[in-house]
Amino acid sequence: MKRQIPLMIVLILGLLFVAHVFIPNKLSSDYLDWFMKWMKVIGPFAIVLGVFSLVYVHYNKIKRKAPTWGYSIVTLTALVVTTAVGFIWGIQEGTPYMWIFKNFNVPLGATMFSLLAFYIASAAYKAFRARSIEATVLLVAAIIVMLGRVSIGQAITHWIPDITEWILNVPNLAAKRGIALGVGLGMTATSLKIMLGIERSYLGGKD
Amino acid sequence: METVTDKEEIEEIENRIALYSDYIEDKPEIVKKANQLKSDKERMKLLYKTHCTNIRSFKYYIRKTDGQGHFIDTPIYTAPNGEQYIFPKQNWFNNDEIITLIAVLLFAALVYFMIQAARKGKRLYIRPIAGIQEIDNAIGRATEMGRPILFVPGLSGISDVATLAGLAILSKVAKKAAEYDTRILVPCRDFIVLPIAQEIVKEAHYEAGRPDTYDKNSVFFITQAQFAFVAGVNGIMIREKTATNFYMGMFWAESLLMTETGSATGAIQIAGTDAVNQLPFFITTCDYTLIGEELYAASAYLSKQPLILGTLKAQDYMKLLIVVTVVLGTILSTVHLTFFMNWFPAK
Repeated sequence: MKRQIPLMIVLILGLLFVAHVFIPNKLSSDYLDWFMKWMKVIGPFAIVLGVFSLVYVHYNKIKRKAPTWGYSIVTLTALVVTTAVGFIWGIQEGTPYMWIFKNFNVPLGATMFSLLAFYIASAAYKAFRARSIEATVLLVAAIIVMLGRVSIGQAITHWIPDITEWILNVPNLAAKRGIALGVGLGMTATSLKIMLGIERSYLGGKD
Repeated sequence: METVTDKEEIEEIENRIALYSDYIEDKPEIVKKANQLKSDKERMKLLYKTHCTNIRSFKYYIRKTDGQGHFIDTPIYTAPNGEQYIFPKQNWFNNDEIITLIAVLLFAALVYFMIQAARKGKRLYIRPIAGIQEIDNAIGRATEMGRPILFVPGLSGISDVATLAGLAILSKVAKKAAEYDTRILVPCRDFIVLPIAQEIVKEAHYEAGRPDTYDKNSVFFITQAQFAFVAGVNGIMIREKTATNFYMGMFWAESLLMTETGSATGAIQIAGTDAVNQLPFFITTCDYTLIGEELYAASAYLSKQPLILGTLKAQDYMKLLIVVTVVLGTILSTVHLTFFMNWFPAK
């Protein structure tokens, strides 16, 4: 029963969601709205689990004086301070919470994101080394597409932007659609496996 | 109750009563109807129903234009009963989705037949996928080096099928890691994915007969912020010197940040995602990449169960059918026979 009841819930709700795709009736959309409200209710309960996990892991690190336990103090201090100022002064514009968000969170996130530019350059170097015929084709295609996307490409010859468009709209789009087709079927198959109870690992590991 | 004594105030209230009385007595029929109802709930229900009907009722006419500022309008359409407002009727079936329904039913039937064939002992050939075959070796490498394995089950929530596929792979990887007594680290970004991943890893240790080696701290929550999560994962790679990194699920811009760091630390990396835009980054920086559907096929490959292999085979046959349909449609359209193409409504 411990496994059958969740499996029954999955099957019934799964079938209702499938039915929603084909039934445009108000009843169907009302059901979806109702379900989404329940999803929102579950969220806050799960936050407790997340925060508990964070505190548990870092508290243990500090307690055991594990390597780099200093970082755990920073993490827990940040958690407590941010939560406290949020509860005391609120989270609107002009509050200490917003000051922390703007002066710590945003610049740190932006720093991580900007690293992407350097990482892309490094990844491009790896990808475009002409070690085989495929890599050479990739290199040539990439050079054409890059030139075709900037004004200098048009200045060299009008063929470059045209070839760029062709590469993006024909071979590139065909490959993307091929992958999307496989993904769509894979998703449907996985959903079917879950609904029919063939795939049960999400219930706790046992097949 | 407060008694009003001020003359001006009394006059104002009387005017207001007169205004609302006029409105109730002379104006809309619906207000009169609502006032006849005794309960507030019934009254609100009637008003809301009328409101919904009114906001969805429209008048229709056709405007023809030559695109140069000249146009001509037809008279407003009037129904045979003289009504000009048209209220749309709710359908119980979306006719545009009929092909989708047929395809889903066909696919479900194929899955059923393939599972039956597999149950009867029919050998199903599944093409080998390098990324999946290397999973065992990757775990073995971490064991030999005595370093932990990192498994990132994507950054999406549990409602994403890619996350579910990633968790299915986690159960196999965690079991193998438990058998080899190798530590596995699973950082999570989603609150709901966290307890599921914990349960999966715990169950994997029990199945491997090593419940004592399960460490609750090995499956943990980092943060919901995308780039803060990346910073956390990258820190783990560098500090823990993970020997093998798995990235299975849904990823966005953070994919390259994680895999480049993993590549720099010298870890063997296997990724799997259905995010088409992130695939080039994974292919470039990881040793093996499960492209799109291969992510969904991975758990079937690893489990070798006939039931799951059956669904995989059905997937292949369905793909063949789609390819045949596309080729047939292309040929027929090329010779101006568009009836076949018209069966499939354009979205």
